[in-house]
Amino acid sequence: MRLKTESRLCSGCKVCLTICALSHFGENNPKKGALRVEGKFPTPGIFEVHVCNQCGACARVCPVEAIQKQDEAFVLDRAACIACMACVDECPFGVLIVHPSEPAPIKCDNCGECVRYCPRDAILDGDGLVHRVGK
Amino acid sequence: MNGYAGNILRVNLTRRTHRIEPLDSDLARDFIGGRGFVAKLLWDEVPPGADPLGPDNKIIISPGPLTGTFLPGAGKLEWGAKSPATGGYGDSNIGGHIAPEVKYAGFDAIIIEGQASEPVYLYINDFDIELRSASHLWGQGALRTEAMLKEELGEKYQICTIGPAGENKVLFACISHDFGRQAGRTGIAAVMGSKNLKAMAVHGTKTIPVADPAASLEIGKQMFAACFNKPGFVEWTPQGTAGVTDWVNEVGAFPTRNFTSGFFPKYKNINGEALISRIKVTDKACYACPIPCGKYSRVRKPQYDVHVEGPEYETIALIGGNTEIDNIEDVAYANYIQDEFGLDSISGGNVVGFAMECFEKGIIRSEDIGGRTLNFGSVEDFVWLSEEIAYRRGIGNILADGVKKASLAFGGGSERFAIQVKGLEWSGYEARHAPAMMLSYMTADVGAHHNRSWAITFDVATGRDKLEGKAKRVTELQHIRPLFDMLCLCRLQWVELGFELDWYPKIFQAVTGQARTWDDLLAFSERVWNLTRCYSLREIPGFGRSADYPPARFMEEPIPDGPTAGKYMPRKVIDRLLDEYYAIRGWDQKGIPTSTQLCKVGIDFAEATIAPLRV
Repeated sequence: MRLKTESRLCSGCKVCLTICALSHFGENNPKKGALRVEGKFPTPGIFEVHVCNQCGACARVCPVEAIQKQDEAFVLDRAACIACMACVDECPFGVLIVHPSEPAPIKCDNCGECVRYCPRDAILDGDGLVHRVGK
Repeated sequence: MNGYAGNILRVNLTRRTHRIEPLDSDLARDFIGGRGFVAKLLWDEVPPGADPLGPDNKIIISPGPLTGTFLPGAGKLEWGAKSPATGGYGDSNIGGHIAPEVKYAGFDAIIIEGQASEPVYLYINDFDIELRSASHLWGQGALRTEAMLKEELGEKYQICTIGPAGENKVLFACISHDFGRQAGRTGIAAVMGSKNLKAMAVHGTKTIPVADPAASLEIGKQMFAACFNKPGFVEWTPQGTAGVTDWVNEVGAFPTRNFTSGFFPKYKNINGEALISRIKVTDKACYACPIPCGKYSRVRKPQYDVHVEGPEYETIALIGGNTEIDNIEDVAYANYIQDEFGLDSISGGNVVGFAMECFEKGIIRSEDIGGRTLNFGSVEDFVWLSEEIAYRRGIGNILADGVKKASLAFGGGSERFAIQVKGLEWSGYEARHAPAMMLSYMTADVGAHHNRSWAITFDVATGRDKLEGKAKRVTELQHIRPLFDMLCLCRLQWVELGFELDWYPKIFQAVTGQARTWDDLLAFSERVWNLTRCYSLREIPGFGRSADYPPARFMEEPIPDGPTAGKYMPRKVIDRLLDEYYAIRGWDQKGIPTSTQLCKVGIDFAEATIAPLRV
């Protein structure tokens, strides 16, 4: 699965952020979601969705090799992370998320829950394997 | 407490202090949240007889236990105060993303007291709380103020603002958020203005404690999937609330020409199809909403080029039909003007329509308004008068108090067509041939607002001349819909998709850990309905049955044209509806809850206040 976006369809509801955090942390807290929804208001009046495309730039700068490729995803070993935040600065999409109560940054593991529950089909699987539920 | 952030923020503007207090678990258990907290805290904390625009009034802001969690429509915030428009109980809710943000910052309620000596805004970043100077924001438009604060603080802050209308204490000023969401009704923005409070900016990072996170995730997923599978998910969403414009005209219930008629012949030029085909830019949703009703738009003509969210149905009805502005571009532009001034476009359209009829009848004369005109159908006149009202200039200073007070000032029989109840302007459904909808407006606790009971579909489905069963259905709806305002959820998934109500007790249990049936929850809503009635009885001398009547136009003037031509609702019908309604409610024929009723719904603490009013 490769995440891709259709930002023009995004309505800014942030279901993606909430389900991401609840799935990975067991917490109701979209501030721990591993993607970004950026509103551009009052003009031009659109949303931009920023997701991880597993490019691996973060893994290349990690000094302790805490980000390793597993199948199609670069996965962060949160126990091995030393919180230097080099990956956060390196990420071209700004989707390694820093949260005040988490020592390690938060990284997408390509689970696809955002694709399954995005009401507007603004986050999609570029390979066409994962779809919104019920679609 | 699961589902709750666990804290109340109390801000005193006079002393420029704040305090973080633990949430009272009895308050949470007995009044749930949102509107329940507003009603109980106003009853307990605002001294009887307080001036709504004085330092003793308080603004109560509250999300609910499900707000900010994972279920469709979990993004509503309730605002409340003693209403300067009605003098009684006032609340209004707002969508967007401010409600969850208040929870993530750590608060189940914010209580704002006192009066600042100079303009301030309330800054909340988790538990970092400040009152900051708003001298650079004072005088700016509501939308412009939000843009300035986003620039200053960052996009991640969720912001509520008032415009010049709130600053100038216009009694139908609105609170604005997210570039197009408003808490519009009952004039709470005027209370903000009276307190020199220009805005509130909130950012939070905390986790909302949930009783069973795994069940919350699983039930939440099922609820979203169930929404996705409803036909309305694809059929209703594209036009949002504007989609109902055609139907309301076809059944002759569309406010037209200051509620003279129920049918606007040019409605297809201002309907949902016109909106999405001609001006829409982006679908815009509140937090966790799968069916974005927000239609963010841009309108361009030689005279203007503006972005505005909407117009949604109510604005189309009150600015479009009610002032006869007959094209979606001008309706959207007029909507933008009122949004930027910070005027509620429901009351705003109603008041302008009233003034246009006064002009037509010679009650407002050209010489009263500098030799100009005030004509139905003129967007220029609409915009001019909106500005006069927002700045309380000339005749605008009278109209800024709403149609009830303005009609008393103008005289000339204008109170007959001042379309309001309790001092709150009527919203978007003309009800002379819809008894349940008429009763809904008559008895809504805040005044003539549709959101407590939207019963027009029930009238159409069950027979519009039939009176039997109407009072019962209105009572049921007045418990169901305000319950959404206690949980602080959007009701449109239920109303528009037919989303089943039995989902809500399931997710309520997963989030709060409390096992409640839907009927249990409705009993809490009935408790609050009785408490808000008691609040207005306490605050308004002579309040009761006499405050529950519609304007004379609806009781005496037949609708002149359209599908409901010839219809009106004689006073004897109105009286019968009220008699039945009070009997169902356990209220006496003066509209006052009986002692037995107050005990039954668990607010016997109000008995000592109410008992002297019954004699």
